[in-house]
Amino acid sequence: MTIREPRSDQAAPLVELRGVGRSFGSGRAVTALAGIDLQLPAGDYVAITGPSGAGKSTALNILGLLDRPTTGEYLFDGTPTAALDDRRRSELRGSGIGFVFQSFHLLPTRTVRENVMLAFTYGRIPRHERATRARTALERVGLGHRLEAFPATLSGGERQRVAIARAVCTDPRLLLADEPTGNLDRANADAVLALFDDLHADGLTIVVITHDPEVAARARRRVVITDGRLRETPMSEIDR
Amino acid sequence: MTRTARFDLRDLVAEVLEGVGARPLRLFVSLLGTVVGIGALVLTVGLGQTAGGQLDAHFDSVAAEHAEITPQKKQGADGEERAAAVLPDDSVDRVRRLAGVLAAATLTALPTGGLRVSAVPVHDPSEPETTPPPVYASSGELVEAIGARLVAGRAFDEGHDARGDRVAILGADAATALGIRRLEAQPSVFLGDRSYTVIGILGKSATQAHLAAAVIIPTGAARRDFPAIPADLVALHLDRSAGELVSRQAPIALDPNEPDVFTVAAPSRPTALQNEVGDDLDIVFVAIGLITLLAGGLGIANVTTLSVSERTGEIGLRRALGATRRQIGAQFVTESVVVGALGGVVGVALAVLAIVAVSALRGWTPVLDLPLAFGCAALGAAVGLAAGAYPAAKAARTEPADALRVS
Ligand SMILES: Nc1ncnc2c1ncn2[C@@H]1O[C@H](COP(=O)(O)OP(=O)(O)OP(=O)(O)O)[C@@H](O)[C@H]1O
Ligand SMILES: [Mg+2]
Repeated sequence: MTIREPRSDQAAPLVELRGVGRSFGSGRAVTALAGIDLQLPAGDYVAITGPSGAGKSTALNILGLLDRPTTGEYLFDGTPTAALDDRRRSELRGSGIGFVFQSFHLLPTRTVRENVMLAFTYGRIPRHERATRARTALERVGLGHRLEAFPATLSGGERQRVAIARAVCTDPRLLLADEPTGNLDRANADAVLALFDDLHADGLTIVVITHDPEVAARARRRVVITDGRLRETPMSEIDR
Repeated sequence: MTRTARFDLRDLVAEVLEGVGARPLRLFVSLLGTVVGIGALVLTVGLGQTAGGQLDAHFDSVAAEHAEITPQKKQGADGEERAAAVLPDDSVDRVRRLAGVLAAATLTALPTGGLRVSAVPVHDPSEPETTPPPVYASSGELVEAIGARLVAGRAFDEGHDARGDRVAILGADAATALGIRRLEAQPSVFLGDRSYTVIGILGKSATQAHLAAAVIIPTGAARRDFPAIPADLVALHLDRSAGELVSRQAPIALDPNEPDVFTVAAPSRPTALQNEVGDDLDIVFVAIGLITLLAGGLGIANVTTLSVSERTGEIGLRRALGATRRQIGAQFVTESVVVGALGGVVGVALAVLAIVAVSALRGWTPVLDLPLAFGCAALGAAVGLAAGAYPAAKAARTEPADALRVS
């Protein structure tokens, strides 16, 4: 597997972190991120690895506009995000960013289809397109036959695929996944990775946090966060 | 990307109904307080209105068949009102001849200043000082003329009247006040030191409600024992269709030369047509309703708080999917408003059923203000709003990154 640098002739990167720091609390504050720089051109596929508590999730929350940096600057699609109000940030999340979590976050009282359609509640997809889009997204993850099933009746792998369908059914620009295979066995993890490959091939920009070298190996780039600092790593270092 | 998020009313309603309906048992528990509180309020007010409505309806039907003739009043030089004419002694005979008059009786308030009215002959110094009941004189047909019934004994008749017999009938309240319950032993009531045999106890009269507290003796006896004074009014029981004719003819019959000095009118409506259910009871019920409602509000607040903390992960997810703080807050506050309104509607419905059932049992016509019913349902919603405001604000303030850590 070769490491290709993103082409330099491209326009503004989709995602750009400039010296982003994040500390929690006042007084003896915890510094989760100590100033990181990161650029992701559109269509990139990056794996973030690093020890527990290093600041990986913190970085991902900032990328997903779920959290604000305490220092530095975050530009999404060329737009500085610091000055955006809650409404604009929410709008960007709803239409531009998809999330996949380790613990799936499916609503137990809703069917698979309803769980996916929840993504349209806050987005801009016209009402008459929603049901079809949800079905298409679920077919794409191989769950076209479980539309009316409830999450409790699904396997872990199936649940994560529902979550992926929910994340991508709104056609986001950026997919953020925090340990998406953390609760899955090898086979199910592979199915998820195959889906990511597929989505990446379609031009989706993907950032995935993982402890699993095999997951990291599937990405086009790998970065490591240790003690709140980020550095680019060659494949060999992860493979040990 | 500049368009506002599309979370419209339809989405809000759909999400809220999902949220409210997701846990039926909890919904039931959180409804309970509001249902009971609102129900108690509506029941109290509705039963009061229904009972009041019965009195009103009863009064109207009685009023259609009754009238009273009074001499007109005019202001004297000293500003005092006094009668401009005198009802003749034979007033009853004069109007009784008219077609459509079914019964007629004079009624005269007797001057009793300082007179002792008691069921025992001698003054007992240890007896507490009470205001004595008013004493009236009336002619024989009084009971029918005022549309009342006797609850015990019988009325005096023309014979008693003509002979000047010392007999009396008592209003129901006067009988209670004097301690007279049974007539078998021929109890007496003493007006001063004259003994009157009580022969009857008068039931409620819609047209002369004040007689409930009175002692009534025949005019014949009153002429013997009291200074002569003219009658205050002539009460009439009329044929339903005769009202208008009689009101024109009666004054002429009383005084063909000067008929204008007499007024014929429907009996005046008592100012306080209060329901039988005492006001004290009403206040207790309203208080119980309000306290229960407060408890209901606290219940909703509790359940909403619980639901917010249980659904922290869901809040994080919704934020990740593009929900604004405001939309999260709106969802939870609307949920508690819906629960409150639902409690209000169910409470009103149950109360209406209860009112209808009670009315059916008693043969009443149920009466309930529609605006009141809607108002009470709205009160439920207001309770939900007050109860949900704080937990909803807390939900809105939740940091999405923190919320998502909760799996
Ligand atoms: N809301 C918060 N308040 C205080 N400290 C926080 C908060 N969120 C994160 N931290 C701290 O910031 C540091 C980085 O946390 P983060 O969740 O980003 O780690 P991580 O790299 O994702 O770890 P893991 O691999 O275990 O998920 C940790 O020390 C954590 O305790
Ligand atoms: Mg983490």
